[in-house]
Amino acid sequence: MSSRPELQAPPEIFYDDVEARKYTSSSRIVGIQAELSERALELLALPDDDIPRLLLDIGCGSGLSGETISENGHQWIGLDISRSMLDIALERETEGDLILGDMGQGLGLRPGVIDGAISISAVQWLCNADKSCHEPRLRLKAFFGSLYRCLGRGARAVFQLYPENNAQRELILSFAMRAGFAGGVVIDYPHSSKKRKEYLVLTCGPPSMSTTTPSAKGVDENSCSDDDNSEDEENQTVCISDRHRPRKKQKVTKKGKTRSWVLQKKEKMRSKGNVVPPDTKYTARKRKARF
Amino acid sequence: MRLLTHNMLSSNIKGVINGFPLRIEVEKVVEKQVDFNPDFLKNMFSKIDWKALADASKIMGYAELPEEVPDASVLDSDEFLQKFHHALLELHLEEGALVCPETGRRFPVNKGIPNMLLHEDEV
Ligand SMILES: C[S@@+](CC[C@H](N)C(=O)[O-])C[C@H]1O[C@@H](n2cnc3c(N)ncnc32)[C@H](O)[C@@H]1O
Repeated sequence: MSSRPELQAPPEIFYDDVEARKYTSSSRIVGIQAELSERALELLALPDDDIPRLLLDIGCGSGLSGETISENGHQWIGLDISRSMLDIALERETEGDLILGDMGQGLGLRPGVIDGAISISAVQWLCNADKSCHEPRLRLKAFFGSLYRCLGRGARAVFQLYPENNAQRELILSFAMRAGFAGGVVIDYPHSSKKRKEYLVLTCGPPSMSTTTPSAKGVDENSCSDDDNSEDEENQTVCISDRHRPRKKQKVTKKGKTRSWVLQKKEKMRSKGNVVPPDTKYTARKRKARF
Repeated sequence: MRLLTHNMLSSNIKGVINGFPLRIEVEKVVEKQVDFNPDFLKNMFSKIDWKALADASKIMGYAELPEEVPDASVLDSDEFLQKFHHALLELHLEEGALVCPETGRRFPVNKGIPNMLLHEDEV
């Protein structure tokens, strides 16, 4: 049997009443969730001014991560797809508001109103196609696009995740970047198979000082490495913020796209089986600037 | 669910252009006391859609908020902040529904949790 819950059943089935109950009655899980949430909050780097912020907890589950947010004095809204997990959160009388919802359907939140978002061990679930109507790419796109919109400019989102492999990490990251986020992956204790933890740290808005990826913990602890044949990359902070360009700028370079570039691009899309308008004399012609 | 959350939520159904504010159908409201924090309120004020909050608060049985968007100078008034605090953080929609203003689709609220899961054809 696979030890990855993501491969066993869809989240709303996997996290049923029994699993949800197990979740909060295991002191090991409670401890880990608190530790991960604490670190995620730290990476959010909210201004140090004692003003409570409005945060989002995506995949808030039983509210363990939310309790950490409350302890740090902030308000939160939690979203989860499993009613059983949310019922446990109710039982625990967590302070945040709870919403039963699927992040893969996009977040229905007004633009620019949220001060930050965390998510603990949840986002990798989006990479699975649990129903015939599920297309992971579309779900990732809907999720990151809607998250980007509801966050205030300069706000951060920090996701602790367990990607199944490098391809999955790349996939998640690429959709975050496409939505307009800058940021990268922070890997704490990269040399320890037990303590190794991975966080996606994203910032809303164009690259700036605040979008540089924070540094990881425990990077120099080579000595305590308990896992020599770790297949992970050596550099712990995979900074990709310089790869990021704000979406609009990407479309218009200074000179404008050349006709040959456009034709090439269209050919490539055709070869992928996409529907592309035919090439005509109007393709990539010069257009007057209009406002 | 508090009105803070109601003020942020909008209907996410495919094709819906203006899904905000969700209309509230009240079956049961509960009040829970929350620590008063003026800093939070002052920080939130500019993000709040005032009309939606005032209307929602009225529907929930609390009609003390001004209907018109107040000038930011009211944030110096403790009396105002107390009312704002109560409406935003202490009134919970426990049972009822949120209704999409454009399509009329009902999102039921049970034990304070709105079910915002969309059907396949709404995504
Ligand atoms: C490892 S648990 C995290 C629990 C949570 N941080 C806590 O403190 O209890 C992952 C959670 O992500 C939720 N989840 C998985 N896929 C989801 C989706 N598409 N939308 C919303 N939540 C999802 C699961 O239901 C589960 O509660």
